[in-house]
Amino acid sequence: MDIIVCVKQVPGTTEIKMNKETNTIIREGAEAIINPFDEYAIEEGVRIKEKMGGSVTVLSMGIPKVADLLRETIAVGVDNAVLLTDRAFAGADTLATSYALATAIKNMESYDLIVCGKQAIDGDTAQVGPSLAEKLGIPHTTNVKKIEEIKEGYIRCQRMTDDGYETIEMSLPAVITVVKEINEPRLPSLKGKLRAKKTEVKLLTAEDIGADVNLCGLKGSPTQVIETFVPEFEVKAEMFEGSAKEQAKSLADALLSMKYAKRVD
Amino acid sequence: MINIIDEKCVGCGVCVSACPFDAIDIKDDKAVILDNCTICGSCVSSCNFDAIDFQKEESDDTIDKSEYHGIWVFGEQRNNEVLPVVFELLGEGRKLAEELAVPLSVVLMGSNLADKAHTLISYGADNVYMVEDESLETYNDQSYTDIFTQLVNTYKPEIILIGATTYGRSLAPRIASRLNTGLTADCTYLSIDKETGNLMQTRPAFGGNLMATIVCPDRRPQMSTVRPKVMKPIEPDSTRTGEVIRPNVNIPENIKIKVIDQVQTLCEKVSLTEADIIVAGGRGMGEPKNFELVKELADVLGGAVGATRATVDAGWIDYSHQVGQTGKTVGPKVYFACGISGAVQHLAGMSSSDIIIAINKDADAPIFKVATYGIVGDVLEVLPELIKEFKGRL
Amino acid sequence: MNYFLTEEQEMIKELAAKIADEKIAPIAIEYDHEGKFPHDIVKYLAQSDLCGVYIEEKYGGLGGGVFEMALVVEELSRACGGIALAFAGTGLGTYPIILFGNEEQKQKYLPDIAAGKHLAAFALTEHDAGSDAAGVRTTATLDGDEYVLNGTKQWITNGGEADVYTVIACTNKDKGARGFSAFIVEKDTPGFTYGKKEDKMGIRASCTRELIFNDCRIPKENLLAREGMGFIVAMKTLDRTRPGVAAQAVGIATGAFNAALKYSREREQFGQPISSFQAVQHMLADMAIQIEASRALVYQTCRHIDSGAKNISKESAMAKVIASDTAMKVTTDAVQIMGGYGYMREYPVEKMMRDAKITQIYEGTNQIQRNVIAQELIKEAAKQKK
Repeated sequence: MDIIVCVKQVPGTTEIKMNKETNTIIREGAEAIINPFDEYAIEEGVRIKEKMGGSVTVLSMGIPKVADLLRETIAVGVDNAVLLTDRAFAGADTLATSYALATAIKNMESYDLIVCGKQAIDGDTAQVGPSLAEKLGIPHTTNVKKIEEIKEGYIRCQRMTDDGYETIEMSLPAVITVVKEINEPRLPSLKGKLRAKKTEVKLLTAEDIGADVNLCGLKGSPTQVIETFVPEFEVKAEMFEGSAKEQAKSLADALLSMKYAKRVD
Repeated sequence: MINIIDEKCVGCGVCVSACPFDAIDIKDDKAVILDNCTICGSCVSSCNFDAIDFQKEESDDTIDKSEYHGIWVFGEQRNNEVLPVVFELLGEGRKLAEELAVPLSVVLMGSNLADKAHTLISYGADNVYMVEDESLETYNDQSYTDIFTQLVNTYKPEIILIGATTYGRSLAPRIASRLNTGLTADCTYLSIDKETGNLMQTRPAFGGNLMATIVCPDRRPQMSTVRPKVMKPIEPDSTRTGEVIRPNVNIPENIKIKVIDQVQTLCEKVSLTEADIIVAGGRGMGEPKNFELVKELADVLGGAVGATRATVDAGWIDYSHQVGQTGKTVGPKVYFACGISGAVQHLAGMSSSDIIIAINKDADAPIFKVATYGIVGDVLEVLPELIKEFKGRL
Repeated sequence: MNYFLTEEQEMIKELAAKIADEKIAPIAIEYDHEGKFPHDIVKYLAQSDLCGVYIEEKYGGLGGGVFEMALVVEELSRACGGIALAFAGTGLGTYPIILFGNEEQKQKYLPDIAAGKHLAAFALTEHDAGSDAAGVRTTATLDGDEYVLNGTKQWITNGGEADVYTVIACTNKDKGARGFSAFIVEKDTPGFTYGKKEDKMGIRASCTRELIFNDCRIPKENLLAREGMGFIVAMKTLDRTRPGVAAQAVGIATGAFNAALKYSREREQFGQPISSFQAVQHMLADMAIQIEASRALVYQTCRHIDSGAKNISKESAMAKVIASDTAMKVTTDAVQIMGGYGYMREYPVEKMMRDAKITQIYEGTNQIQRNVIAQELIKEAAKQKK
């Protein structure tokens, strides 16, 4: 079974602080990492490979430096790493990203399953997985928490829904996006790290994969960011003074006078 | 492309720290855009000298935007019940429809839904596109995408709003990808640009510390997902009239995805997103066992328990309680923020609550900026007093 | 400081640090309070291929030596000196096989230890055999194809948790220490039971027990080296594992120092962080000096041993003494800097202070180490005169 895992490089923390006076970002220890949800996708891919044989390829799009992060995935059992890197890919929204990934995947020899993390922690859009499946014309399921069965041309998995979960069957090839409940990613191994050191990450440009540059990057992105701003909240809180007991009493007075609090039996 | 206009650039370096990707450098007293620029545009507004030129190249494939007309809402139903988020989107859609003077429609798929049309109209819909088939009773990514895009290609709406539920977040990108149009996730604010008529979609970016306004100027339809509880429904008016349309569509066969079982596991006393009262705890609770105080107050008030990402990550409480950007978005009547400093990611998930009560020992904590009532003090002292107070008076 | 580690050694350090920070640090206090044995952490060590860093490649290890073992112990001990002992104690139990095992014995035992499937333990100490190792009373008597073991070993690290034990027993009472022999005893051998788990001051996540041998019969193939070699086996082993104890001490000290440094920058008194007070600054500086000096000697001693040097007892003892005395001093100072918080069991530094104490005691007390060092010095001086 040949598995492709799509990963994204994200800042190492979502707690990017803003300097409100200068409207600028304070970066603290925000070293780039692989999107944490994608670690679960990698682990699931490697587990399927270990059970069924085949290979796991990680695929990403980004600046050349991302190659170093991709190489590290070799240490947890990935076989090949491919990075789409080209100025033409810069500024891509989820549609242009899906197009580039799909174009690269179509060039690959064969694949049975594509695994993505449920969403990236920087954008939180969760759009690339389904969008990619559509570009490849194959089915997808989001928020997978368990693979019950997988075999040639068939997968049965559990998808988390808003109020529980559902069991879904799909034909393969297909795309799944996984939640962190699906597994516990393994630690990198020493032998894996030694192997990673020797592994070449395959770098591909838009031309290499035969992509239409008009559909890539900023050019191929229908959405545009026209403004960014720091959210402002107005100051209006009514503050209670006194001891803890007095404060609690004042608050209860205020709330009960509005009848918002109600007793439950 | 982003370019530095050298004549205007004074090399002040403000853009360097504005860049979230470390992709600007100062060389010879001028800013230089490096190769790892993702063209996000964050630097443009930071520049005090208008020295950053941010222009999108004209796209070659222009479509006739005038062909597209009207606003659509995806009428998500589960077990034949229309979800509350649909009514919320109708409320928001109504405002946009009026501004553009176009009709507002709902697309409803399922089986045996005839009685739902009137309710949707009373909540502001002008048209209900109803597609009924047994195979559509439960949500299916493939058939729902197929039918929805058939309808879009026939009727050509200019805006589509979809609730950011599990299914909505799966369906919307699939449709947008097939239509090759733009999609903006988890919008918190929508408006119409008076000049262009474009939909201005505002959403949190970079963990909620920045808000970004996004447009889709050259493609149609313009698509947004919106989280439940972010928008407000209008008061239903049963005298409103509208049209029910049963369009001709091909119900897809040869389905590659099959839902074979559905299990409901969420059986909390009070569901977080539905609760009128939420008592939420943050890292200021000190340690896991102090969360009992939060639970006790919630019990006394008949509310639900919420938590911040930090406490969930630390394993103090289950993820299902997480409120915020990566957890649930809630909008209760009363929200108690106990020992929560108010990181923007958390605020993104609860700031639409009617009344927010902040209890925190740091008077400068950002939570007080969104609070209706504030108590500066030790949450471990205040909570027991509050519990006593409410126990005695309710 | 750049210690010019090889790329492989850097990787080992990184992997061990990852386990320490991500897996051990969050549970260290709980495991200490409840005295839980860290089987789950051993699993992570195995996953990362760290269990066999000091074992030859042909037995599934990495082919490193004492240095590689010490690097792992140091990193793990930064988060918890007790949990690190599951690994370090196994090293102590395994070294007799590495040094004196024959091919069959190595084939049989080393691969499972390298893979993290088996833990090992070393059993020398008895009621009457502490600093004076010659007081061993446990006997082994050859009976046909088997040795019969009788006696009780005391305070054995990994006791009851290990799968493989190297046991020093007396095969000839008349010869004193020259009558000792070393044996491999597998867990679940009939006649081999354990005493109760000891309730210790520190390293509480490590398991310390009595080993009780009551007519315990083991195949005679389980004899390591020859009869009468037991004392040599023990001494040569301890010479190689003492830097491990030293590394454990450096790790504990580093953990405490880091906590104290961080705290001193956050804690404000008199309107400023306490790190701005010279009294605190000098303590921090002294702590850092002692740790770096210890680490430098430990690393260099490891390299000295791994180079194949013959005389290693003195260096090995020196590294152990300076590192363990440093650990005790630094952890005590860390508690002092953190004041009331340092003294509370909810915070990790009081635990580090308790953990540090054992490093001055076991694998030869620091007093015995000083004896060893002095004897070697005098021997060397005597040789030079000739």
